[in-house]
Amino acid sequence: MEALELARWQFAITTVYHFFFVPLSIGLALMVAVMQTIYYRSGDDIYKRMTKFWGKLLLINFAIGVATGIVQEFQFGMNWAEYSRFVGDIFGAPLAIEALMAFFLESTFLGIWIFGWNRLPKLAHLASIWMVAIGSTISSFWILVANSFMHQPVGYVIRNDRAEMESFWALISNGHVWVQWPHTMMAAICTAAFFVLGISAYHLRRPLSADVRTLFQRSFQMATVTALCGTVGVILVGHSQAQYMMQVQPMKMAAAEALWETEDPAALSLFTVASLPEQRDLFVIKVPGLLSFLAYNRFEGVVPGIKDLQAAAEAEYGPGNYTPNVFLTYWTFRGMVGAGFVMLGLAALALYVVMRDELERWPRLLWWLVPAISLPYLANATGWIFTEMGRQPWIVYGLMRTDEGVSATVSMGYVLISLLGFSLIYLGLIGATIFLMLKYARQVPPAAA
Amino acid sequence: MDLNIVWFILITVLFIGFFILEGFDYGVGMLLPVIGKNDTERRVVINTIGPVWDGNEVWVLTAGGAIFAAFPHWYATLFSGFYLALFLMLVALIVRAVAFEYRSKHDNPTWRMWWDRAIFFGSVVPALLWGVALGNMLRGVPIDADMHYVGTFFDLLNPYALIGGATSLSMFLLHGAIFINLKTSGVIQERSLAMTRRIGPITTVVVAVFIVATYTMTDAFSRLGVNPGGVPIAALGALFGAAYFVHIGRLGWAFVMTCLNIGLAVITIFMALFPRVMVSSLNPEWSLTIYNASSSEKTLTVMTVVAVIFIPLVLIYQGWSYWVFRQRLSVDSELTY
Ligand code: HDD
Ligand code: HEM
Ligand code: HEM
Repeated sequence: MEALELARWQFAITTVYHFFFVPLSIGLALMVAVMQTIYYRSGDDIYKRMTKFWGKLLLINFAIGVATGIVQEFQFGMNWAEYSRFVGDIFGAPLAIEALMAFFLESTFLGIWIFGWNRLPKLAHLASIWMVAIGSTISSFWILVANSFMHQPVGYVIRNDRAEMESFWALISNGHVWVQWPHTMMAAICTAAFFVLGISAYHLRRPLSADVRTLFQRSFQMATVTALCGTVGVILVGHSQAQYMMQVQPMKMAAAEALWETEDPAALSLFTVASLPEQRDLFVIKVPGLLSFLAYNRFEGVVPGIKDLQAAAEAEYGPGNYTPNVFLTYWTFRGMVGAGFVMLGLAALALYVVMRDELERWPRLLWWLVPAISLPYLANATGWIFTEMGRQPWIVYGLMRTDEGVSATVSMGYVLISLLGFSLIYLGLIGATIFLMLKYARQVPPAAA
Repeated sequence: MDLNIVWFILITVLFIGFFILEGFDYGVGMLLPVIGKNDTERRVVINTIGPVWDGNEVWVLTAGGAIFAAFPHWYATLFSGFYLALFLMLVALIVRAVAFEYRSKHDNPTWRMWWDRAIFFGSVVPALLWGVALGNMLRGVPIDADMHYVGTFFDLLNPYALIGGATSLSMFLLHGAIFINLKTSGVIQERSLAMTRRIGPITTVVVAVFIVATYTMTDAFSRLGVNPGGVPIAALGALFGAAYFVHIGRLGWAFVMTCLNIGLAVITIFMALFPRVMVSSLNPEWSLTIYNASSSEKTLTVMTVVAVIFIPLVLIYQGWSYWVFRQRLSVDSELTY
């Protein structure tokens, strides 16, 4: 029992940590590739300097993304051996394909890109950053194919005490992937856009030489458009994702809303203080009908509540607790959505200001955009914690519980050692990363060589 | 030939790629403090693998993923069983990966010293532990009827496995020293040549000890008989070949020989295992094999298609990257960073 708790903590810590860097790698690789493409086509030196400036930050981030990914690859076997035996037939395939199709591509071409500036023909060098960007994008697809199976198992049969693959096609056409992957990609694009926006804003508030000012103005412009597209995208996809969730994991939706009783039409909670043991609200602010709208695009429709779903689950799977941690799911969902709407507002305002060419007249906006870099990070972390906690107690929805998936032979002491070890190292590394990020983000880009 | 055998071979291929490529990366990392006497020299040494080490490392990630996909029980038993050893290895790989990228991004000497230490530590530990792990897989570890590893961490540190660790360590050292030789000119090349000459004989002795130990401490003798077959003998031959070419100063050929040596050694180990993937020391019946540990036919088929398309592609573009960065480096080269 104890080893289970620690293993869960370890998984949560290492994965959230990994995903702290992943979205920026994906999104910024794409943005840097676009910058370099403009440089290639226009020959304008400003874009070369831009590519190098943002590219440097990309590298710092990418390195730690890669390093923390290595742990992820082996962790399923270390702490979740029984889970690995149960789903390996299905789950291993996308992981191996990810390595073959994506990791090789991004790692090999990243090396070529870093060291190839003066050694490759310009077009080949440009192609290599695109390979990195494409590799990261492909990587996100395959890992989410694996993850989606845990949320919505498809294309399998239970045979030999495990889930065996029946249809590979069902796995990649899983409806869950096709909302989760776009949402995650859009989130990655938002993350990079707000990163570029914030750092550009920081520089634009300082006295700069004319060329450096141009560099950051163009970065800023590019990032505003990207940020607006990204936030609109993430919200629209998020909405369809919520509707999809209603169909496949209604319990997660009920928990996200702290909806104890089934309602029709269902109200959306803006703020709830509830007594968790009694499963009763103490204080709420609700918008009538809005939850039904979120679920069905109309202001009526049944949204099942936690108590009914719990009873239904017990009837289907036997006695047990099938309700996830309502406090966490409720607040993480609000953290994500809240951050999303603030980002939308900021992106729209920034675009408006840029289009009127009035940046100088809005020093406050520039000032606010710097801390706004943290918003997508908040949304990413809360988004994942929500998705994964909302799935509990299942590790594979409806098929295997989390407590059944933990390694049978790994003692608590071992897990404790690795949990502490990874946490300490990760703590040290984040220090080094932030230090370098700040150093290079503040630096004025040198004139192109 | 059934798909289980195909996948056993493919995983052997991934390990060959991994040990040959990461082999010299680890070697270079271990030699960093010895061959790079000052900051510029250390940068040159790192740059010999700078563009390629990350791509090389993916070979082991792919091997891990492939084991998961093709032999999930092997994946589960191996990594939960060798838990602390794997943890150590992961720590090493994490700090090493970050160190390559971060060391030159700040020019404080203390900062660089610590990252250089991380590169050294991050290279020694996996170079040693891989040999220990393979040694244990071959010798057998306590695995019960449910495919659960029931030993402790210290069971993994038996003499035979440690000899295995020393073997992989010294083979990678030699391989890396020769690689630096090929990639540099001037003082660094001279120094690495001297190192090569010193490491060569040691490696030969360690490998000889390992072979004797394999015959006396595992079931290799009963399985293979007095005549081990062509592959192990060729592996040993390649090692002597490497020594010979180092001696006459043909380092390119010496490198071919250490590649062959490593590749053939991996084949030897997997041949000795076949058709088992992890040997149970408690009861031979409880060993994991390519049949009782494998995925379904369906999964193996899908994975075969993917592998047949992508492994050649990877070889092509990785080969190209070596071609792009083929010229020798010296302290006078333009050092990106
Ligand atoms: C949505 C995207 C996404 C998600 C959910 C994950 N990763 Fe990741 N991972 C990436 C997207 C990514 C990436 C963009 O491809 C990275 C991040 C930064 C980087 O360098 O590559 C990466 C790096 C990375 C690496 C190093 C690859 C290399 O050397 O190039 C490994 C082994 C993993 N990941 C494995 C995992 C596993 C087993 C995960 C499941 C828990 C996981 N990642 C979650
Ligand atoms: C990178 C983004 C991800 C984040 C931030 C994340 C976050 C989390 C968190 C917070 C938990 C803990 C839940 C709990 O213990 O209650 C968890 C559990 C888990 N997640 Fe994810 N997850 C991510 C992606 C994935 C992916 C892509 C997979 C599989 C391919 C995956 C597999 C698992 C598994 C096996 C567990 C089991 C441990 C458990 O339920 O406690 N996760 N994840
Ligand atoms: C503002 C409106 C948003 C809505 C309605 C929304 C909706 C959702 C839903 C329903 C899920 C859970 C899916 C599931 O478990 O099946 C989710 C997950 C997630 N969200 Fe959001 N989201 C929004 C904004 C954002 C923003 C702004 C970001 C980041 C920049 C973000 C990042 C994530 C991530 C990383 C996950 C976990 C991965 C996944 O399941 O797709 N979300 N979101």
